Amino acid sequence: MKKALGIIGIFIAVFLLASLYGENFLTGINLMQLTQRTALYAIIALGAALVIVTGGIDLSIGSVVCLAGIMTPWLLVEHEWSPWAVVPTVLATSAAIGLFHGLLITRLRLQPFLVTLCGLLLYRGIARWMTGDQTQGFMGEHGELRKLATGRFEIPGVENFLLPATVIPAGILAIMLGIFYSRTVWGRWLLATGRNESAARYSGIPTAWLVTGSYVGCSLLAGFGGMLFIFDLSSAQPSDFGNFYELYAIAAAVLGGCSLRGGEISITGVVFGAATLQVLRNTITLVGLSSQIEFAVIGAVLLVGVAADEGVRRFMAKRLERSPAPSG
Amino acid sequence: MQHERPVLLSVRGVGRRYAGVVALSGIDLDIRGGEVLGIVGENGAGKSTLLKILSGVVQPSEGALAVADASGALAEVSLDGVRAATDAGIALVHQELSLAENLDVAGAIHLGREPSRLGFLDRTRMRADSAKWLARVGLSIDPGTLCGTLRIAERQLVEIAKALSTESRVLILDEPTSSLTMRETERLLEIMDELRRAGVAVVFVSHHLDEVIRIADRVVILRDGRRTGELARGELDRATIERLMVGRDIARVERGAAGADAKVRLEVDGVVTAHRRRTPASFRARAGEIVGLAGLVGSGRTELLEAIAGVAPHGGEVRLDGRALAQGVPERVRAGVAIVPEDRARNGLFLEDSVAVNMSLAWIDRASRARLVDARGERGLVARMISRMQLRPPQPTRRVQTLSGGNQQKSVIGRWLAVDPAVLLLDEPTRGVDVGARAEIHAEVRRLAAQGSAVVFASSELEEVLLLADRILVMHEGAIAGELSSHEASEIAIMQLATGGASALKKAAT
Repeated sequence: MKKALGIIGIFIAVFLLASLYGENFLTGINLMQLTQRTALYAIIALGAALVIVTGGIDLSIGSVVCLAGIMTPWLLVEHEWSPWAVVPTVLATSAAIGLFHGLLITRLRLQPFLVTLCGLLLYRGIARWMTGDQTQGFMGEHGELRKLATGRFEIPGVENFLLPATVIPAGILAIMLGIFYSRTVWGRWLLATGRNESAARYSGIPTAWLVTGSYVGCSLLAGFGGMLFIFDLSSAQPSDFGNFYELYAIAAAVLGGCSLRGGEISITGVVFGAATLQVLRNTITLVGLSSQIEFAVIGAVLLVGVAADEGVRRFMAKRLERSPAPSG
Repeated sequence: MQHERPVLLSVRGVGRRYAGVVALSGIDLDIRGGEVLGIVGENGAGKSTLLKILSGVVQPSEGALAVADASGALAEVSLDGVRAATDAGIALVHQELSLAENLDVAGAIHLGREPSRLGFLDRTRMRADSAKWLARVGLSIDPGTLCGTLRIAERQLVEIAKALSTESRVLILDEPTSSLTMRETERLLEIMDELRRAGVAVVFVSHHLDEVIRIADRVVILRDGRRTGELARGELDRATIERLMVGRDIARVERGAAGADAKVRLEVDGVVTAHRRRTPASFRARAGEIVGLAGLVGSGRTELLEAIAGVAPHGGEVRLDGRALAQGVPERVRAGVAIVPEDRARNGLFLEDSVAVNMSLAWIDRASRARLVDARGERGLVARMISRMQLRPPQPTRRVQTLSGGNQQKSVIGRWLAVDPAVLLLDEPTRGVDVGARAEIHAEVRRLAAQGSAVVFASSELEEVLLLADRILVMHEGAIAGELSSHEASEIAIMQLATGGASALKKAAT
């Protein structure tokens, strides 16, 4: 929780600025849209956090979002599969991708950056080839299934704001992961593995399986997220759906306090990181800045956030140094 | 005689506080050219702080330092940084090895002052120069070898070569022999003697009192940040030094005898590793027994221990209580076989994490229900282990990074004692650990054995092997060359087996 305080502060600052300068920011419809996007991006950002905590990285998230997202209407509409077959197939495919990454990284000892960079190209290419690069959509069908993402719930006593359905899976996921890392043996072991993989190995921690599992989790969440994204959008093009999503996911995780060196995670922080990025994107549109500048703004904020984090870390380290340390 | 030696570095009334706590106070010291000055003291006695001040890493909060100029006149200096100390002719060889692993030896020795020609590295000169300094420390390796591939002992010698190569007048060696074998230590002591004769001031900090007594012209003893004594060459004896260090006499631990009829717990049967295919090792360890593995660095002790622990795949069989164990560390740990590795910073500790996290890592698995960590039980366990291991300071939230070597080692050992392993393997259990903590660690190891576990440890220090082991296995070139019981063992007998011949007898006897 302590690690999340920084990003919560940044979030509040950005939110206040947006409320002051962004016309229509505080309208129900805008906040609903914002909540929806935050929940969707939080899901893939939590996935990114899973591998970052092991000291790894996953650059293929956006392409897995694309492949899983495109596969869903492609199987449902073009191939007329039953939803009961499609959802497990898409999720299993995503998990298999993660298993593939995990085994290459832990067994062949390839670098995560390279493995998932290849994945980034691979899955996007497969998605485009599979569909003939044609836009995939639900053609107005499968409204019930799409409610997973498009559903809205009333909150008693609150007007003009309906709670997007995606908040439910995102919330459950965040709580489960929070418990996983703070309360389970596997979670604690993963944190240790991220800190010092060699020491973890000597301590009898099954590092290879835990790391592989983390990649499975990451791709599974990317695939699940991809499905929800396409339910929300109703149709998408294989050539650009999910582009750069891995960067939003990684940025949210890092803003949220996950060190790229591994061994540190804050679930609350990651969720707020995702929210901050979405508020920023939203604000850029609302204050009338050209959306072309969006990446520049996000890049700048990320840089400031990371630099501030490093500054705080050094300050704490200095204070530690000044406190009495036994010499040997 | 002593007073004819010129003072090169003078320390007057130096003290240092950290956040109001006194780490060092009122230290007076003259460091003279042509002599070896020993500095000894327990953990927390202030040795590290003093060395940091001398080498410019830390500035004193009180007192002053003076360095002799070319004419021998002392002038006050402020050593505000390592660079300033180097310029003043003071070089420190760290206890923690700090060589860049991706550099070759020549590059590491010249790091920061690479000779160049027309802006390009002068590799030829670097290599030739390095070869000279390596020869000086008795290390026969190619200067083009990558530091990452060197063993700890070799890295230590490269560090010393590096310090020598800066032509320092004051050379500070912090625990230089803690990772060296007897032969390498001999060579280092010879080098120190040569340097002394060349007029260099050598400051030698070590927990090995025998070495200090052998080589030092003077010994300064620190306790709780103060000087508690200074002994000249003629007055050096172990008991006096220990008394000044600890403020009391250290009790020698009684050896518990394991009965020859005790149950065999660990059976190592024809174990071969990838590096040692031709030399299968077999031995047994009984309940209550402490088996010591002696031998030179590179004799295969670490490889054997790591094979038993499951760190590296091996041929042959390892059995616990008669049952063959599956390969892999998790499998072995679950069965009750655990290892305390040689290089604790790399393979043992989670440096950025707290004492609590480091100590409870194995226990949380044993005590979990449905894989959930018993948080309250964990706090209790950590508190118990901290007091049992006599960790100082006794703070569960303290990062292990900030602890001294002895307390770091206690954290790793505590991790396993918390789960009562059937077999505990220790590789260099007290490397870089001071006298007091060493005795405490030995006592805990004995206690574990007394409860019916089998302990196997490897140590480069014959003194430790003789002190702790009930039975000694001596390794030579990957094989177990011989076995000695504790009463027939002696340094000479061990060295003879370790070097694979009678030639060792002569060497150790001189």
